[in-house]
Amino acid sequence: MSGLKPGPVLKHLGQTKLELGPVGPGDGPWRRGEADGIVWLVFDRADTSVNTVSRDVIEALAAELNALERDTPRAVVIRSGKPAGFAAGADITGFDEMSVDGAADLLRQGHDVLDRLAALKCPTICVVHGAALGAGFEIALACDWRIAVEGASFAFPEVKLGLHPGLGGTFRLPALIDPTEAMTLMLTGKTAHTDKAKKLGIADVVTEERHVRAAVDAVVAGDVERNSRGLKARAFGIGYARTLAARQMRSETEKKAPKEQYPAPHALIDLWEEHGDDRGAMQKGEVESFANLLKTDTSKNLRRVFFLRQGLKDAARGDDGIAHVHVIGAGAMGAEIAAWAALKGKTVTLSDVELEPLGKAVKQAREVCKGQHLSGPETRDALDRLMPDPNGYGVARADLVIEAAPEKTELKEKIYAGLAERMKAGAVLTSNTSSLRLTDLRDGVADSSHFAGLHFFNPVSKMQLIEVVRHDGTDDDVIDRLAAFCGTIDRLPIRVTDYPGFLVNRALTPYLMEAMVLMDDGVEKEEIDAAAIKFGMPIGPVALSDQVGLDICLHVAESLKSNLEKPMPEISARLREKVEAGDTGKKAGQGFYDWSDGTPHPEATGNGPDDLTDRLILPMLDACVECLRKGVARNVDEVDGAMIFATGFAPFRGGPLHYASARGFDAVRDRLAELEDRHGPRFAPDPGWQDL
Amino acid sequence: MTRPVYLVDGARTPFRKAQGKPGAFTPVDLAVQCGRPLLARQPFHSRALDLVILGCVNVIQDEMNPARVAALRLGLGAEMVAFTVQINCGSGMQSIDTAYRYVKDGSHDMILAGGAEALSHAPLVLRQSAVEWFGDMAQAKGPAAQAKAMAGLRPEFFKPVVGLERGLTDPITTLNMGQTAEVLAHRFGIDRKAADTYAMQSHRRLARAQKEGWLDEEVMPAFDEDGTVHDHDDGVRPDSDMAGLAKPKPAFERPYGKVTAGNASQITDGASWVIVASEAAVERHGLKPLARIVDSEWAALDPAVMGLAPVLAATPIAQRQKLALDDLDLWEINEAFAAQVLACVAAWDDEAFCREVLGLDGAFGRIDRDRLNIDGGAISMGHPVGASGNRIVLHLANALKRQGKTRGIATECIGGGLGGAMMLEVA
Repeated sequence: MSGLKPGPVLKHLGQTKLELGPVGPGDGPWRRGEADGIVWLVFDRADTSVNTVSRDVIEALAAELNALERDTPRAVVIRSGKPAGFAAGADITGFDEMSVDGAADLLRQGHDVLDRLAALKCPTICVVHGAALGAGFEIALACDWRIAVEGASFAFPEVKLGLHPGLGGTFRLPALIDPTEAMTLMLTGKTAHTDKAKKLGIADVVTEERHVRAAVDAVVAGDVERNSRGLKARAFGIGYARTLAARQMRSETEKKAPKEQYPAPHALIDLWEEHGDDRGAMQKGEVESFANLLKTDTSKNLRRVFFLRQGLKDAARGDDGIAHVHVIGAGAMGAEIAAWAALKGKTVTLSDVELEPLGKAVKQAREVCKGQHLSGPETRDALDRLMPDPNGYGVARADLVIEAAPEKTELKEKIYAGLAERMKAGAVLTSNTSSLRLTDLRDGVADSSHFAGLHFFNPVSKMQLIEVVRHDGTDDDVIDRLAAFCGTIDRLPIRVTDYPGFLVNRALTPYLMEAMVLMDDGVEKEEIDAAAIKFGMPIGPVALSDQVGLDICLHVAESLKSNLEKPMPEISARLREKVEAGDTGKKAGQGFYDWSDGTPHPEATGNGPDDLTDRLILPMLDACVECLRKGVARNVDEVDGAMIFATGFAPFRGGPLHYASARGFDAVRDRLAELEDRHGPRFAPDPGWQDL
Repeated sequence: MTRPVYLVDGARTPFRKAQGKPGAFTPVDLAVQCGRPLLARQPFHSRALDLVILGCVNVIQDEMNPARVAALRLGLGAEMVAFTVQINCGSGMQSIDTAYRYVKDGSHDMILAGGAEALSHAPLVLRQSAVEWFGDMAQAKGPAAQAKAMAGLRPEFFKPVVGLERGLTDPITTLNMGQTAEVLAHRFGIDRKAADTYAMQSHRRLARAQKEGWLDEEVMPAFDEDGTVHDHDDGVRPDSDMAGLAKPKPAFERPYGKVTAGNASQITDGASWVIVASEAAVERHGLKPLARIVDSEWAALDPAVMGLAPVLAATPIAQRQKLALDDLDLWEINEAFAAQVLACVAAWDDEAFCREVLGLDGAFGRIDRDRLNIDGGAISMGHPVGASGNRIVLHLANALKRQGKTRGIATECIGGGLGGAMMLEVA
């Protein structure tokens, strides 16, 4: 991302046109052209800006192959006609239907087509620009040569959908490159960007778009040397070597994706260990394993998560009209919000009453850039866009002001009063408050129709969700612009109303507080956290509280307790003591855990109560039902998406309400009633359960 | 009828002492650090500017034409014309002067004019003998020739020369800049005590200005990537006294010289910008200018006495504008060396000098110390060569406004035997 916007000359010249050889305009999915004895096949599905690989794409490719087998040219070039990239993988909208019946048959047909492409008697050259994902990558692998246009990337993200590659990737990639590197790519879903792809041997040639024609000619003329694989591949022809490597892969994978919750990577390791030296058996095994995985709940739920993300993204479309963002308060959150917005191309000013936090914010921004693998010049540009602004000059220029000051009503009111005269007409003022009500803050705002909540989650660079909060006087247009703003900085917005804790903290707080009640009852924190992790949470509630900051937890808990009709768990005296002692969690190096040596990894001790997990999880589900009933969020999908993208709620369970539905709404309600009898009214099921 | 030209606003970085290794900022980094807040506080969009001019003497390899690099990094857009000017120590004023002339001739409306210098980034340079050896090695064909070339290797090739040292030596007279100040001290009878007294005042004046908040609008904190905030000119020694200043040995001509590290300007990094605008631009954007640029002048003289150049550059302005000494409320004379500033003051007060060299009827008069460099100067805050000329013009405008005064001249000596001067009147 260059910081420089194109000027009139570059605008006039437009984007570099894709080199499509002799292929002219026409209908997809494959357009054919021939010149100098070389056939070009351009992959260009109709009515979409991104290619995906579906059944009709494969069938149309088969028809092209019929002709190519009959009358074989000097060479075949395959590339995408979409400026966006090569292909985003298989069209997963068809997966549900496929999983019911005939998945294996359909896959075998696909394999047959790619085998025929691989067997063509002339050189086949795949030109890849942008991303070649999943099935797109597999088409590229079925070609003899791969020319990567600078910026091209290759990945098998199937594992993120509870699957592994299913169109030959599991044997074609390990045959092409170092098998351990191939397995790592498939097991993690990580992307091989251009340089890495060249280094690994995925790409034979790396060039710029302007030289694609010359690169193709060079390959056809035999002037390009193949990027060959090393000795290691042969070593893994021996079963014993594979078994050793597989053992290592299993233990690594288990740490991040336990087999019980995420079966796909484990299935892939099994497959490779058993058949890594036998292409035919590997192919047969891949088809069967993929068909089996399609039917697992994990895959279904992860596919649901994919669509939940799409849904939230769709709700972030539109023009935000926001070029300049002014952030007030350079604490951990304000600094990271500012850094993230600058990294994503906004002009940002960040103010604070002290200079020191502004300095720290610049350092933090540099770390965020590093975490996002920005190059030196990209980091420089991002930091140039982020101006520490002790004098608050940015207020008058900002299209959006984000107040991220400490959670004190009087302080925020004072800040808002200072902004009134200085903000531009039409600019939007937002608060990143997590515990105060907008309704209580809006009286201090000059134009409350342009006032809303923009609630980020920590750390902003990792947590994708932002709650866009309206009070009952916020303009609809303002909410649309804020949602679009979230889209422009590559985050997912959920529109919620001004409710205590909004959606996410309303649902999360009982979970955190219950953990503290359990600790007060004598249950070890490690046991509590291990139970939550076993359920599928990325981190246990005690460690999460430390991470969020115990002071913030206490503030949110107190605010919810006094604002909600429903009873909340008693606030633990130990929490207050910790906050008073300054042991506020990760940021202080000490909270419930000692963070001085990094993130703790709790081990289960095995002496928690039987209802431990339900006591933690069910109040979260109940709060989600309450928020739905009260109209805090719009629908089940958005609630589930929000909880997954803000808290990491066990993705393989498809979200809290989807989990409740899978377990049975009645069963969950009954269980809550049972817990109510045993532990008190804080577990009383919400009346909303009966409407689900 | 000439068009009025305004100095609208300006800002600079703190001037930070070179610490013996490259500082946190390159020249363009410095220009960006103070350019961003300056532009952020303007009521106009920065695309309303139509030119960027930056003075910079020691351009680093990664930032050829630093003006253009700075313009792009400041977000001024692909279409912003930008060029760098260089007249050694006068570069930061040359940028303003060029802007002033462009606006006066009606071809431009609003120009960002600055100066930037990171003396701590001055490169280590290979000796000429070493460069020649490298050349011979590269050209040597075959083992015999290579062995012969290799034999020419000498240990001193690995002893690089600090580029800055060479930059501060006049190539014609081979005098170091400090030596030119020694010449002036001798010719005008400036003793060590007078120079040290002047230096002490410079430190105390800057310290007072910092304490009183007189620099708050002018000096913008700079933030480096490691999280350090650079918020003030750190060369200042508020407790500077005569006893302390008496300690250092002469820096350039031992053992009898008068010029020491204590009474010479400091080696620092810094940048400064001003916005120069036409009357039309001022009206269009509703600007409140600090001052009007009335006149400017460049002068040249013998390199060995380059320090007297302010006298030669400023006097023609006074003559053209028909101003006597008393008509000029404030002076900024860049403090390259205390002895050099004092020599200028002495020259103006010398009847023979004024008559014979300046063509005046008698002595111009003695500039009151209370009108001269009232908030300190390069001795206390340092002299980032390409930036200083810009700073003195900006500070003169701010000081006139603060004191409710009418007019003043900012002027500097320039290594090589040149001088620049610019006259302002409050707007």
